[in-house]
Amino acid sequence: MSRGVIRRGAIRIYCRPPRPAAAPFPTGDGCTRRVWSFIHKLGSPRWCYRITTPWLPWLAVLSGALLVVGAVWGLAFAPPDFRQGNSYRIIFIHVPAAFVSLAGYYLMASAGAVSLIWKIKVSDMVLKSCAGIGAAMTFVALVTGSIWGKPTWGTWWVWDARITSMLVLFFLYLGVLALHQAFEDRDVAARACAVLALVGTVNIPIIYKSVDWWYSLHQPATIKFTGAPSMHPDMVKPLFVMIAGFYCLYALLLLLNLRSEILEREEKARWVEELATTGKVPA
Amino acid sequence: MYFDDFVQLWQMDGHGPYVWAAYAIVLLVLLWLVRAPLVRSRRALERVRARLGAERRQSGGG
Repeated sequence: MSRGVIRRGAIRIYCRPPRPAAAPFPTGDGCTRRVWSFIHKLGSPRWCYRITTPWLPWLAVLSGALLVVGAVWGLAFAPPDFRQGNSYRIIFIHVPAAFVSLAGYYLMASAGAVSLIWKIKVSDMVLKSCAGIGAAMTFVALVTGSIWGKPTWGTWWVWDARITSMLVLFFLYLGVLALHQAFEDRDVAARACAVLALVGTVNIPIIYKSVDWWYSLHQPATIKFTGAPSMHPDMVKPLFVMIAGFYCLYALLLLLNLRSEILEREEKARWVEELATTGKVPA
Repeated sequence: MYFDDFVQLWQMDGHGPYVWAAYAIVLLVLLWLVRAPLVRSRRALERVRARLGAERRQSGGG
């Protein structure tokens, strides 16, 4: 070989071996990986839509059965209250609605935090869905409480701490809905709503503790996490059935609203076009 | 059943109007809550079908 001629193939470029691609979620044992993989996939609207389809009939049947059994049990079979008579039977819808309206706010605020930190579209859709259902549930709690108040307290409405803080909760839910409509840019709307939802969280402990902190016409909590309920078991059992029914219904409503929100926002996506023509979500 | 007959169940010793009105309002709100997202989903899919149909006609005619 003559000098200066570089034989083809003689030059070898040494470079670092490629790094293994970073896993999109922490690796660990099988269970942890599956959980992280599930959370990771929740960010995909299409996956969310597809995975929730088989849950709907189960939730519908379960919530329908629990609500019918609980309502019939509470209306016709539970004994009357020795002081309030039969008007107390409103408790079987009033307390479960109030429960889910408060728990739903935590869910909405959590979705807001996720959407603020990781900017996941689906979490903003969850936030908006929670706001609509939460407003309706708070409305139910306020109206049934008002109807219960007339025969019990002699008045439809009183500006005391519990009722006023529930009214504030109702306006917070409506505020999130209105704020969502107010912005053209969806990202700005998502950020503003998330901040409002997070700031409004301060109202929830106030609602819980209002009957202890201030003098109120509203009776203290019937069911407590610490300690036995202050009701007879014959009355508590249908109440628990109704609470379970309202939670199942809340889950069903959340999924239905989330799915309609997904369809509205993804109208241009290929998979929605396929869904509209074939009735199936492509895998 | 706690009550002797359905008339008593309806009247509930004078509390009937309050109790039944509260349950009726809740039933209406819950039915609306279930129906509203179903209607929204159906309309969204109808819009998509209408758009696809219009696009197909346009490409076929053009």
